[in-house]
Parts: sequence; C-alpha cells; structure tokens
Amino acid sequence: MENAGKPTPVLTARAAGLVGCSRCGRVHEQGVASCARCGSTLQSRDTLALQKVWAWWLAGLIAYIPANIYPMLRMIQFGRPHESSIMGGVIDLAQHGDLWVAFVVFFASIIIPIGKFVAIAYLAWSVKKGVQTRDIGRLHMYEVVEFIGRWSMIDVFVVAILTALLQMDFIVTVSPGIAAFSFTVSVVCTMISAQSFDPRTIWDAHERDA
Amino acid sequence: MNPIHAHRDQISPDGLIACPTCDALHKEASVPVGMSAKCVRCGHVLLRPRKSAMTQILMLAATAFILMCAGIFFPFLELQAGGRITRSSVFDAVLAFSDGYMMPIAFLLGALIIVVPLVRFVALMYVFAPMSLGHHPAKFAPGAFRLAERLSPWSMAEIFIVGVGVALIKVTGLATVLIGPAFWAFCGLVVVTVLKDTFMCKLTVWKTLENRRPS
Repeated sequence: MENAGKPTPVLTARAAGLVGCSRCGRVHEQGVASCARCGSTLQSRDTLALQKVWAWWLAGLIAYIPANIYPMLRMIQFGRPHESSIMGGVIDLAQHGDLWVAFVVFFASIIIPIGKFVAIAYLAWSVKKGVQTRDIGRLHMYEVVEFIGRWSMIDVFVVAILTALLQMDFIVTVSPGIAAFSFTVSVVCTMISAQSFDPRTIWDAHERDA
Repeated sequence: MNPIHAHRDQISPDGLIACPTCDALHKEASVPVGMSAKCVRCGHVLLRPRKSAMTQILMLAATAFILMCAGIFFPFLELQAGGRITRSSVFDAVLAFSDGYMMPIAFLLGALIIVVPLVRFVALMYVFAPMSLGHHPAKFAPGAFRLAERLSPWSMAEIFIVGVGVALIKVTGLATVLIGPAFWAFCGLVVVTVLKDTFMCKLTVWKTLENRRPS
C-alpha cells in the first residue's frame, strides 16, 4: 500500500452494522448466532478476550519461574548425578563446542518464552489503552507470537527423547526433572493466551484514530 | 478485491468478505488461479485459489497419514555403546514422562506428537475426498474442517523432529547413534505438512463447502 503512513478509511463489518466470521470471512446481519458457512459462533468482538489473555498469561508466567530454577533433566553418569536447568543445558552444549545447537536451544527455550510474555503483555496493554500506532507492526507482532510460540516445546521433546534413549543399562541414565513439567505447563498456557487474543481489536485502535 | 469505503448506508451482507484478522469489508470478486487477494488494510491473504488444490491436499493428507503411521511404529534412533543397542520409537519418547507426577505430560506429549496430527489428517481426508471427486461434501465436513483448523497449532510433529536433531547432537559424544526409518518418515512428514499448508486456502475451502452443500 502506497499510503502506509495514514490509516485508510476502510469500512469494517462492525461499523457497517454487520458481523464478520473470524474463521471463514462470511458476513452476517447482526444478531445471527452462528455462521451459516462454517458453523462457528459469531461475535463481532470477543469482549472477554483480554481477560482470558491476561489469565492464561499470568498462569504461564507463574509456571515459567520454577521452570528456570529447577533442573530440566537429571543425568547419572558413571554413578555421579548431574542436574541441569534450562540455562545449564545451553551452557553444556556451548562448552561442547556445539554453538549452533546451543543457540537453537537458547532461542527456543529462553528468548521465545520471554519475548512472548513481553509481546502479549504489550499487545494486551496497547489494545486496552487504545495506543495509536501508525504502522501495522502490532499485527505482525501478533502473527509472529502466534506462529513461534509452539517452538518452545523443543526442549521438552529433547528431554523426552534423551530419557527414552538413555535407559538404565547405559553408562548414562537420564530422567526428566520437575522443570520439564512446569515448562510444558508454561508453554501451553502462553499458547492459549495468544490464541485468546482477538486480532480485530488491534485494528479498532486505528479506527478510533481515523 | 475491492474495499468498501466508509459510507453509512444499509449494506447487505451478501457478496461481502470480512477479513478474519481485521474485520475490513471487501466486495467478493473472483480471483484468477495462481493469484492471491490480500486484505487492503492488514495484508492478510484472503483468497489464493490454486488449480486442483482439493486433490493435492487430499493426496498430501493421505501421504502424511501413512508417513505418520510409519513414524510411530519404526524406531527413530538407535544407540550403540559397549556392545549394547537400544532402539527408541516415538512411543518410548512419549512414555519417558510416565512416572508419577509427570503422567499428565506423557498424555500431553502423546496428544501433540501422535494423536493430534493423526486426527487432523483423517479429518482433512474426510473433508477433501468427496470434494476432490466432485461430490457433495460429506455430512459432517464443516465440523471436520473446523476441527482440523482448530487443532493446527497443536500439531507438533515438525517441532519433534527438530528436538530429535538436538538430542542427536547431545548424545553423539556418549555412543554411536544410528538414525532409524522413523526419523526419515518424520522428515518427510515435515515437508508434506509444509506443502499442504501452502496449497490450502481456507476461505476458498469454506466457500466451496458452502456452494456444494446438498440442498
């Protein structure tokens, strides 16, 4: 769009007195309960969305704290126990010389979760306050958060695979630590939090601006 | 795709599309095959019709289903150390969390890696098989397609395969690692899933489901 600096006066379904389906795009008269095309429940705006977002966000944040403090996996090598937390695992990998893999794990289990908490909080706050931005950065931010959040599960999968591979009869035995539990809970909560967001409300701030 | 600009007449909802992400109204227009129509306001792709997309999606969903079945039952990694060999299948990875309080995580992992992808592929085959043959959509096709869409963020087979890669590097110092057939099945699955998602244009599918509905 050539006039990206200025919000174009585009008519929304809500402003036209209609309701658009957020799944299939079909437009309905106001007051219709479910979409005639795909059967989804119709709602012009999810008025409870922000409450759900904050509730799941908080639950995810609470679970994220023990996930970083407690050990992610417990390793017994030659009879000596060794426990490593998320950050410890990254440092181990880096010391092994696998910098690239260390970076992938660091990115997936530290950068993504923290970035996600910040991004969801900012989006929810800016929608609530009606902060007016002149670009579509916020929408892109939302799309990135929704897309990338699932990749945090990598670390849990790694623990599961290592546990399955390195069993009792090996020189090294691995078992999952309590942080694996809380980290999984945290990832699931933040995924639901991001999904609860109604992206159309991001654009309503633009509407007020126009 | 043309936007509707602000004027406050009574507008009839027929022949309009509301952008699913920003609610902007567009007049529905037929989009030529190979082109895509984007929302004028937020750039979200509204329509991207492709030639014989239904058949392609059906084939890819069926391929993914078969690869998934192979991936579950064959071992994906083998470890050799001190004359001993351990083989691990995807099931073993899921069962890694089956002790005590970790039990719920085992169920969750089983769902994310095995059950959800399988349910999605079956649902997609159910939706697209009659449609690609030119029949009416099956009776519960809208519900099945809605289910497939809802489950898509929770289908984590491709994330699992990256996890296998990381685990592989972690254990290479300890033992000889052999890659099993299931590993390649999962790699194929990732490629097929990506292709399937690029061929699929949700709004076109929904419109076709509606237009071909038996009256």
